[in-house]
Amino acid sequence: MTQNSLGESAVQQTIQAQAKNNGVAANITQTQPLWLLAEVTYRCPLHCAFCYNPTDYDKHTQNELSTEQWIQALRDARKMGAIQLGISGGEPLLRDDIEEIVVEAKNLGYYSNLITSGVGLTEKRIQAFKDGGLDHIQLSMHDITEEINNFITNTKTFELKKKVAAMIKNHGYPMVLNVVIHRYNIGHMKEILEMAEALGADYIELANTQYYGWSLVNRSQLMPLKEQVEEAERITNEFREKSGSKMKIFFVVPDYFGDRPKKCMNGWGEVFMIVTANGDVLPCHSARVLPNMTFPNVREDGLEYAWKESPAFNKYRGDDWMKEPCRSCSEKENDLGGCRCQAFLLSGDAESADPVCSLSPNHHLIEKAIEDSKNPVLSEKPIIFRTDKNSKKYVAGDKERIEDFHALP
Amino acid sequence: MAEEIKHSDIYDIALHHRFQWEEAQSSYVILFPEGMVKLHGGAGEVIKLVDGKASVGDIVAILKEKFPQAENIEADIIGMFEMAVGKAWLRQV
Ligand code: SF4
Ligand code: SF4
Repeated sequence: MTQNSLGESAVQQTIQAQAKNNGVAANITQTQPLWLLAEVTYRCPLHCAFCYNPTDYDKHTQNELSTEQWIQALRDARKMGAIQLGISGGEPLLRDDIEEIVVEAKNLGYYSNLITSGVGLTEKRIQAFKDGGLDHIQLSMHDITEEINNFITNTKTFELKKKVAAMIKNHGYPMVLNVVIHRYNIGHMKEILEMAEALGADYIELANTQYYGWSLVNRSQLMPLKEQVEEAERITNEFREKSGSKMKIFFVVPDYFGDRPKKCMNGWGEVFMIVTANGDVLPCHSARVLPNMTFPNVREDGLEYAWKESPAFNKYRGDDWMKEPCRSCSEKENDLGGCRCQAFLLSGDAESADPVCSLSPNHHLIEKAIEDSKNPVLSEKPIIFRTDKNSKKYVAGDKERIEDFHALP
Repeated sequence: MAEEIKHSDIYDIALHHRFQWEEAQSSYVILFPEGMVKLHGGAGEVIKLVDGKASVGDIVAILKEKFPQAENIEADIIGMFEMAVGKAWLRQV
């Protein structure tokens, strides 16, 4: 699934909202798993090169949690205060029990959100979701270049998306589109926005690719140039002003081009809890790339232990684990040193400052990545698509491509 | 940007928003796709009465009766409406 689906941007919005609510104080209680993200399956009919799913996802496609196990997880998390539920994947619609999960979510009082590519959404299923009390659907656009082609020529997949979009609207859901932006579509920003408008989107999130999992493997090929990002932002702003359309546009700026990292997941083990297809419980989507860590699993440990006691969830809570320059940095509250996975994947040291930070001794790695993306030899290497075959190779240890990034222990 | 709130206005919870009591927060919350807002004390009391039928004036009257000792309650209630409408948690019916 796309990385910003349930996104950090979302949480940040809430927090900003609170800061302004003086008088009627509204706040998020710290270290409470308010957000439960259920990555119910890693199976997916699509093969996006920017997918953040783990490159070895294939080994988790045979041992998915059962319906009963998901329902138990929902109940346990709810007791711990979880209230927002994201149902994601992979493509969640490949499971035939999403209807049951939705009903349970409603009964428990969750605000539930289905994050889907729309492949497999039928009139019958969406009706069942609506009846069951699903609150929200987010549609991700995928093979976007093809979709744009189809949009311009008004052909097949665009027709399909149009159908799905209409279904979503007809059932009284807002049309929320998520589009992952990368080098191959960033030049089409205007077309993307026009397509979204033609689909009747109420919101569109333009999420610049973040580099984890498959998207890290393909980083040199996917990363747009800084000038392209700026141009894309300009077109977006122009569209906002001109169109007079009611469509709300969120443009998520890529962290590689900033000089401070993002407060990843709003802090490790602070508000997000992710349960993966096979039952692993994670504080962030890509945490399993970190070395020497064992993550709890709902089958053996239960969520209460996972959140409160497990060494994995406690490891990067707060700021005790920090090294310099973060430890004595006056800005550490803002970003908590950035993303642990990014720090590890790029520098080999999970406790170092996120290399995106200009104060990080490893910041040159980001500069190099930006250089590499301009290097035609690297950027024209074939893209490695997220397929079962490629994933099996990663499981089997054909790690050559990721070693470039000091990725694996 | 303060919205003009009139006593005759009638509001309801905005579409795709949900208002509920949240035990884990010991407070009322408003839920929406991208997040949650926790409503402390008085704020929750105000929004609880918003049902698409009662007018702002009705709600002021009910709360005045419920909290007779509270000073300046009317201004607080109107302020709460201004904020909630400004943030699109409420929609006018
Ligand atoms: S391959 Fe594409 S659609 Fe499938 S999970 Fe990954 S990003 Fe989502
Ligand atoms: S040095 Fe560390 S804490 Fe300071 S801004 Fe950079 S990443 Fe954040």
